[in-house]
Amino acid sequence: MMPVILWSDALFFLLIAVTLGGAGWARRHEHLRASWAMVWASRRARAAAAVLAVFFAIGFVDSLHYRPQLPVEAGKPPAYSVEVLSALDALLTPLRTHTEKTYSAPLATHSFAKETQEAGGRDFPPLKYPGTHLFGTDKVGQDVLYLTLKSIRTGLLIGTLTTLIMLPAAVLLGIVAGYVGGWVDDVIQYLYTTLNSIPGVLLIAAAVLMMQVVIDTHPDWFATAAERADARLLALCAILGITSWTGLCRLLRGETLKLREMEYVQAARAFGVGPLAIMLRHILPNLMHIVLIALVMDFSGLVLAEAVLSYVGIGVDPNTISFGTMINAARLELAREPMVWWSLAAAFVFMFALVLAANLFADAVRDAFDPRAA
Amino acid sequence: MLAYIVRRLLYAIPILIGVNLITFALFFVVNSPDDMARMQLGVKRVTPEAIEKWKVERGYDLPLFWNGAAAGLGKATQTIFYGKSVRMFAFDFGRADDGRDIGREIVTRMGPSLAVAVPVFVLGLFATVSFALLLVYFRASYLDTAGVVLCVAMMSISGLFYIIGGQWLVSKVWHLVPISGYAEGLTSARFLILPVIIGVVGGIGSSTRWYRTIFLEEIGKDYVRTARAKGLSERLVLFRHVLKNAMIPILTGVVVVIPTLFMGSLLIESFFGIPGLGSYTIDAINAQDFAVVRSMVFIGSLLYIVGLLLTDISYTLVDPRIRFQ
Repeated sequence: MMPVILWSDALFFLLIAVTLGGAGWARRHEHLRASWAMVWASRRARAAAAVLAVFFAIGFVDSLHYRPQLPVEAGKPPAYSVEVLSALDALLTPLRTHTEKTYSAPLATHSFAKETQEAGGRDFPPLKYPGTHLFGTDKVGQDVLYLTLKSIRTGLLIGTLTTLIMLPAAVLLGIVAGYVGGWVDDVIQYLYTTLNSIPGVLLIAAAVLMMQVVIDTHPDWFATAAERADARLLALCAILGITSWTGLCRLLRGETLKLREMEYVQAARAFGVGPLAIMLRHILPNLMHIVLIALVMDFSGLVLAEAVLSYVGIGVDPNTISFGTMINAARLELAREPMVWWSLAAAFVFMFALVLAANLFADAVRDAFDPRAA
Repeated sequence: MLAYIVRRLLYAIPILIGVNLITFALFFVVNSPDDMARMQLGVKRVTPEAIEKWKVERGYDLPLFWNGAAAGLGKATQTIFYGKSVRMFAFDFGRADDGRDIGREIVTRMGPSLAVAVPVFVLGLFATVSFALLLVYFRASYLDTAGVVLCVAMMSISGLFYIIGGQWLVSKVWHLVPISGYAEGLTSARFLILPVIIGVVGGIGSSTRWYRTIFLEEIGKDYVRTARAKGLSERLVLFRHVLKNAMIPILTGVVVVIPTLFMGSLLIESFFGIPGLGSYTIDAINAQDFAVVRSMVFIGSLLYIVGLLLTDISYTLVDPRIRFQ
């Protein structure tokens, strides 16, 4: 097999590395350790963290991509399939390959739809793999449990990378606007007010439409369908980031304005420390709690937004498995007779678990790190 | 006061120009009209003549900024930038791909959008503020904790679930109202009641929490202690003092949305088949009608900027201190 590292994989690994590095950093600093101990003291936060850890573990395994080797023909160099699989696919091979013809209810032994039998008459045909589909199968016979597990990675990526992609710009512009002031401040304020004036959904719709044109007119940029879907996912993160960084930027600017007048910053200035060093050494570390809070607070909203955007048709690539594409494919199933409820139920329940855990954890983090919160 | 409003009004102009430039760059500089034509006509087997025809039909065959071939003023006006972007300030949006005038379409579709959005806004505001006041009244009790947990759970549920689940339960199982559709006049109530309820319920979780935080912040202030020391009852303190003073932070979040109510709700309108601006936008996205999406971006931004202006004006009415700054 040939390992493949997609851009989103690399960023996801970077995110995990930064999280671990940050944990090491926090361990060595008394004030950070105290705040995290406060988060950890809450039973609700511990439970939420455990659920999140499971989700992230699934997402991590699903990010180890490779292209399986095709059967070797004598005298030829080994060839690789164009299909990109992940370690999670390998673990779930039975779920992935055991497809039925069409819908089947959870743990059913017979198909959902009647078929003409060879012996005559119409009856429900037995399934190929009876009783193995915990959440049933969807319209084309794919296992719903497999689809929900694969959706997790997409949700996590949208929830985290969106904030991370725009973070450098938001932090840089926020600090510079607050510290330097004057016309620089005016320009940066104008920039984010203007971007903020465009309703988010419409800006995303316009940008996604244009991005589709770019991707469709340059098919030669991507070696595999997975790479193209990945590019679209990252572009979506960037677009969502552009619409959401303005709030963080404004917060950071306001906080920098306050910090600039603090005695310790004035003392540093009196000692002849340059503006760049003051911004980096004295202001940035004191803004990190705002960044952390924004990161965890935005996560759940973004996971929910992905589902809505994919439903509207301006979300991830239709071939990317996500909660949104699952719901979109299943949206008419409740109207069927008898109704097909398991795809929708599985997508909504998993999404609810992820978002609820994220919300509870975010609240605990905000309470511990925000000095204003009671 | 007047000078303040005029200053704010002048400040809105460069922002609107900025929005216009961003939209123009997004639609015409990132991709050339040729790319868009190829995308719409199908990437394969498209002849140069077909592309040319597509561009001429939409007026995309002109140069971007400067038409050297034209005479006099035409050098600036016979361009895509003038025809598609500058004309928007005169509310001339051109035609959609189906040949209809976008401006007229927007005017006729505002009614149905407002018919859903205004009740959702008013009822939602009333419901969430009352719920938040109730939680604050019983603060630090089990009722408060249960209420907050309920809010967190409600905001963790996808908006799609409220719509799909509500339609299924109320329309399909109970047969109380039609699943979707729209009618003019009073008969429309039958169609509107479910979307309005779902719109209100979907927003309760996050808004209630937000208002609760605002009220709790106010309740810790000195004037509340003074009011209590005077012997006022808790109910009087909450409704007469806290609610009044919490108006300023509430106004920030509320007034700015009022103009954007015209835009309607994308999801609710498309699920319930309401012919408003939200479903217009969704149809345009699905049909890749660039002209309509561009117009909606402009209108949406304009309404948002109007909302910011209204917010500033309402501040001066509520808080006299701001007038003298």
